[in-house]
Amino acid sequence: MLKKYEKIIIPIIAVILGLLVGMLILVASGLNIGALFSSLLQGATGIKAGSSLNLRYPGELLVTAIPLIFTGLAIGFAYRCGMFNIGADGQVIFGSLCAVAFALLVPLPGPLAAIVTLLVGGIGGALWAFIPGILKVKFNISEVVTGIMFNYVALYGCNYFIRILPGSTDTKTAEIPANAALKSEFLSSITNNSRLHWGIVVVIIAAILYWFIIEKTSFGYQLRATGFNKEGARYAGIKADRSVVLSIMISGFLAGLAGSMLVQGTFTWGRILVASEGYGFDGIAVALVGGCNAIGIFLAGLLFALLSVSETILQVAGIPREIAQIISSSIIFFVAIQYIIKFALDRFGKKKNRAVSSKKEAA
Amino acid sequence: MDIIISMCTSGLMIAPPIIIAALGAMFAERSGVINIAVEGIMTVGAFVAATVCVLLEPSMSSNAGWVAVIAAVVAGVIYSVLLAISAINFRADQTIAGTAVNLLSTGLCVYLCQVIFGQQRTIAFTTGISRIQSVPILGDIPIIGDILFKNVYPTFYIAIILTVIVWYVAFKTPFGLRLRACGENPHAAASVGVKVIRMRWIGVLLSGAFAGLAGAFLVLTTSIQFTANTIHGTGFIAIAALIFGKWNPWGCFGAGLFFGLSQALGTRASLIPVLNLIPSDFFNCIPYILTVIVLIFTAGRSVAPKAEGQIYDAGQR
Repeated sequence: MLKKYEKIIIPIIAVILGLLVGMLILVASGLNIGALFSSLLQGATGIKAGSSLNLRYPGELLVTAIPLIFTGLAIGFAYRCGMFNIGADGQVIFGSLCAVAFALLVPLPGPLAAIVTLLVGGIGGALWAFIPGILKVKFNISEVVTGIMFNYVALYGCNYFIRILPGSTDTKTAEIPANAALKSEFLSSITNNSRLHWGIVVVIIAAILYWFIIEKTSFGYQLRATGFNKEGARYAGIKADRSVVLSIMISGFLAGLAGSMLVQGTFTWGRILVASEGYGFDGIAVALVGGCNAIGIFLAGLLFALLSVSETILQVAGIPREIAQIISSSIIFFVAIQYIIKFALDRFGKKKNRAVSSKKEAA
Repeated sequence: MDIIISMCTSGLMIAPPIIIAALGAMFAERSGVINIAVEGIMTVGAFVAATVCVLLEPSMSSNAGWVAVIAAVVAGVIYSVLLAISAINFRADQTIAGTAVNLLSTGLCVYLCQVIFGQQRTIAFTTGISRIQSVPILGDIPIIGDILFKNVYPTFYIAIILTVIVWYVAFKTPFGLRLRACGENPHAAASVGVKVIRMRWIGVLLSGAFAGLAGAFLVLTTSIQFTANTIHGTGFIAIAALIFGKWNPWGCFGAGLFFGLSQALGTRASLIPVLNLIPSDFFNCIPYILTVIVLIFTAGRSVAPKAEGQIYDAGQR
């Protein structure tokens, strides 16, 4: 009974434990727990004492969630194929550089500009992911190490190219042409002028494709089989090396799309980054909490976005905003130690079973 | 000439935290645990050091820095328990556990700053660790004295001493042999009576102590306060130095020094002809690119600890 629902129960337990950690820390520092939950409620709905539902809040929540869901899908995809794409952060940065450079330098007519810019960002991410992929296959170098190293190469290297784009200032590039952006007056108007953009449609399509490719196609099956047992896959006639590189490139493509979303949707310009914004690392959390499946990742993306948008509200309510970050990192921590949670659940389950059976015997 | 000397002085200030954190990570990785969490433990070390320094300076003046360093080492050990217990006892994926520990550190430290100081950073301290004006006799040697023995932070000499100690402990003592055995073939080690779980705990806690120390040195020499960006990737540079130095203490020292100097060069490149054509952003990339290149060239040869990253399960053969 418990085993069957383990995939759902463990993330939920992790989220609850994460919230508990946050509450404990608030209590220990003499702060009000109630404000935590009222801030989360306000972050999701805009409801606070005396005011009613404000659709702007869920709109902004989705804006924050879109890139998170993309990096979650990216890391989830690689994870399902037996790889840990910790380099997603760099792929987001490089993807957004490619997208903004393309949008600024290559004018295209009408909505074509938006679509091609989107894809260019994705392809940028895929190319950045190609490096750890090919190094893993050719030289047997762990994608974790190359991924981390290339995160920093992307961070510093891309800043240079952002700076030399025409019209760039010290902090950002010029605004991209309106027809290359994903801005939507319609979506914005139904959410009380939030920044909600067409990316929400793109991310839904991406999540459906993710599910379809991984679960329903023989291509996805080959990629997963390679990750599960490379030698076995090779015996079965799968081109294993090619599968490894393709898996991480698809993962990189999804991360690159997160970069496109930042450039075309959240902002409409490229930015000089002083430090990583951590989209790739948050993606690890989203993927793990979401159990690496499409619906789970979507929901987990909304959860982490909620924690993130609540930060400002928390700060206003007199609670240090970092509590949100503490809660989200605790959640990853608890998902990481799921072995011990499973162990505890098993123990608990057995005891219950035993209690039930002994009751039956008694009866 | 002045530029070269000032570059070296600044390099010798940047390098010690990298070297020390790399030495620490070596203990963890040699025992079989990947320590991605160096960055996070350094963050905690830097936060504790800065806080203790700020709080003690009024009463202890210049000694406060050194008390702060000790506090940071203790904090590093305590914080690394999180990684040890999850990666060794609870069988978490070491990379994921390390990432969680990293993410938690910034949140926790800045949160505590807000609670203690009411802002997202610590208050500035006045001295931290001070430079040695000139080492007697050695400081008078021309050029070499100017570079190595004048205006240098004592942290550089401590890094040298620690490198020697780590080399001796890891490669010349039975303890070191056992520790390395746990990272190469834990089951073989267990079969001759080495307690693998305990050795891995020691490895991770030692790396915590070193990373805490490194964080303290970083904030007390290069900065005046702790902020969320104080460590800014230095932990990952340390991991790069560890790999670049082929998991060997002397290698860590050389790589750390080299990365420190290349950073110092990066900030001064605009003053030097020819080099000023290269944007400083690219100098920041050097450690990472070089590390990947070294990995390519050493591919196929077994330099990394073999059982690194594997969960030790005594029942599995």
